[in-house]
Amino acid sequence: MTASMPDPASRSGVLLETREVGKSFGSVIALNGVSTVVNAGEVTCVLGDNGAGKSTLIKILAGAHQHDTGEFLIEGEPVRLSSPREALDRGIATVFQDLAVVPLMSVWRNFFLGSEPRKGWGPFSWLDSAKARATTKKALSEMGIDLRNVEQPVGTLSGGERQCVAIARAVHFGAKVLILDEPTAALGVKQAGVVLRYVAQARDRGLGVVLITHNPHHAYPVGDRFLLLKRGRSLGCFDKADISLEELTRQMAGGAELEALEHELRGMGS
Amino acid sequence: MALAVQGDDERVARVGLADRLVSRPELGSVLGALAVFVFFSVLTDQFLSPMGVANWLDDSSTLGIMAVAVALLMIGGEFDLSAGVMTASTALVTAILATQLGWNTWLALLVSLVFALGVGALNGWLVMRTGLPSFIVTLGTFLALQGLNLGITRLVTGSVQVSGMREAEGYESAGYLFASTVDVGGTSFPISIVWWVLAAAVGSWVLMRTRFGNWIFAVGGAAPSARAVGVPVVRTKILLFMTTAFAAWLVGSINILRFTTVQANQGIGLEFQFIIAAVIGGCLLTGGFGSAIGAAIGALIFGMARQGIVFAQWDSDWFQLFLGIMLLAAVLVNNAFRRRAERAKR
Repeated sequence: MTASMPDPASRSGVLLETREVGKSFGSVIALNGVSTVVNAGEVTCVLGDNGAGKSTLIKILAGAHQHDTGEFLIEGEPVRLSSPREALDRGIATVFQDLAVVPLMSVWRNFFLGSEPRKGWGPFSWLDSAKARATTKKALSEMGIDLRNVEQPVGTLSGGERQCVAIARAVHFGAKVLILDEPTAALGVKQAGVVLRYVAQARDRGLGVVLITHNPHHAYPVGDRFLLLKRGRSLGCFDKADISLEELTRQMAGGAELEALEHELRGMGS
Repeated sequence: MALAVQGDDERVARVGLADRLVSRPELGSVLGALAVFVFFSVLTDQFLSPMGVANWLDDSSTLGIMAVAVALLMIGGEFDLSAGVMTASTALVTAILATQLGWNTWLALLVSLVFALGVGALNGWLVMRTGLPSFIVTLGTFLALQGLNLGITRLVTGSVQVSGMREAEGYESAGYLFASTVDVGGTSFPISIVWWVLAAAVGSWVLMRTRFGNWIFAVGGAAPSARAVGVPVVRTKILLFMTTAFAAWLVGSINILRFTTVQANQGIGLEFQFIIAAVIGGCLLTGGFGSAIGAAIGALIFGMARQGIVFAQWDSDWFQLFLGIMLLAAVLVNNAFRRRAERAKR
């Protein structure tokens, strides 16, 4: 196996780094000895089947869980995040697949939810809705998202567009690291392509992106680095140059296990 | 407005219509109010007379004040079944303090307000703390308040009513604020109509134009998502329960100062009228969607139909039939809106 350790030469742009990070829940070891880096302007893909430890890893990065072993560094400084709020304050924004938006609220209300711009003073301050609408439209179009109307409920958008609004929101509010939890999981081929384009947009704007997926075909085109997880352990963290799509797919599917399955299925057909 | 890049013309037109309707949840109630207004104006002579107008506006007003507060709470995703009986509890607290203990009316009103806000906060705290449906929690406070109303009133006065508010100190000035009438062209309109309009205006402003309003929609529409972006879900919901309690105090104060007598079993069953008015006004039973103005108009439909049926000299039983049909129609329309808004296009 050609697992490459993070290249020390490119440390300057390192935003997040984990070194042999581990986490256990009681007697269950959910994650063990996982090392990876997230650089500014690069996409680190985390791949693995169900139960591989993907969610545990991103919850540590997002501040929802604390690691038990190893080190977690933000811009070179070892940290232990206590809450998602702290992660957010340090510029780590997480877009969870189901928790991204409020479907019945308009696009602009969703965009500014929790960070509403206001006019006036004290208890008599009110929403600067004109500014909010204009800013939403501008921020979305900067990301290349062309919405007909920011007044429409987010629920009327497609699943891909909703993810895009959440991504644009994170970018607008100054995130340095964007963690995307299975952004393409429930989407059709075309919509998944749309989301991946905005992932690339966020990357090109200098954000470090962590993309969690179990689909190597989605990961490979945008990814710069691929962390493969299996049953809580790292199968290695590969630079794009060191791994082909075929090899990635093979590793994901369990390598030798898949070949055995293929053999078995072929045998049944004859 | 930029044109849609995706989709053909037919699809754009359909989304456009849905958008317009979805952004106007009170539309249904406006149309309903117009229909009821025209119907009774044509059918009866008194309905449009100054006396008639004062009559149905009066009937709508206290209901409307409560409907606005209940609508905000429902948009925030919760119910308050204790709201009806709270209008009696607050009146009883004021009346007992003023008539039995001889307190100044203003002081009695103030203590009653503190009591109301306390019950509202308790409702909210219990719902948020236990995670139980507010339907059950406030059903509990509803029954508890009903028991307290009767029990304490009987204990203090030996009967099931408190009267004699007119003799209380400060009654005149307090009554001027809550229970006076305004003379318009020889017909007197009760001041509660002004409170109703004020409640609708303030409620709508808060809902549509403030950060807190944004939070109300968010906690009712998807509380976990709201929490994830930093909205204080617990505080928002508790404040909404306190708003409902405040409205119940306002209505209780209007009633006790106007009628100077309060029955201990008053207010029971009104909670459903508030919810019905809010639903007719466009509120979803599941939260996250609705209108404060709509709820005020829902109450107007209520008042116009109830008084219109009296003017038409029909049996009041027909009012219940009308109410049932109105409610079903409103729920169907609201649900159609929600399905449009929530439907995912993948």
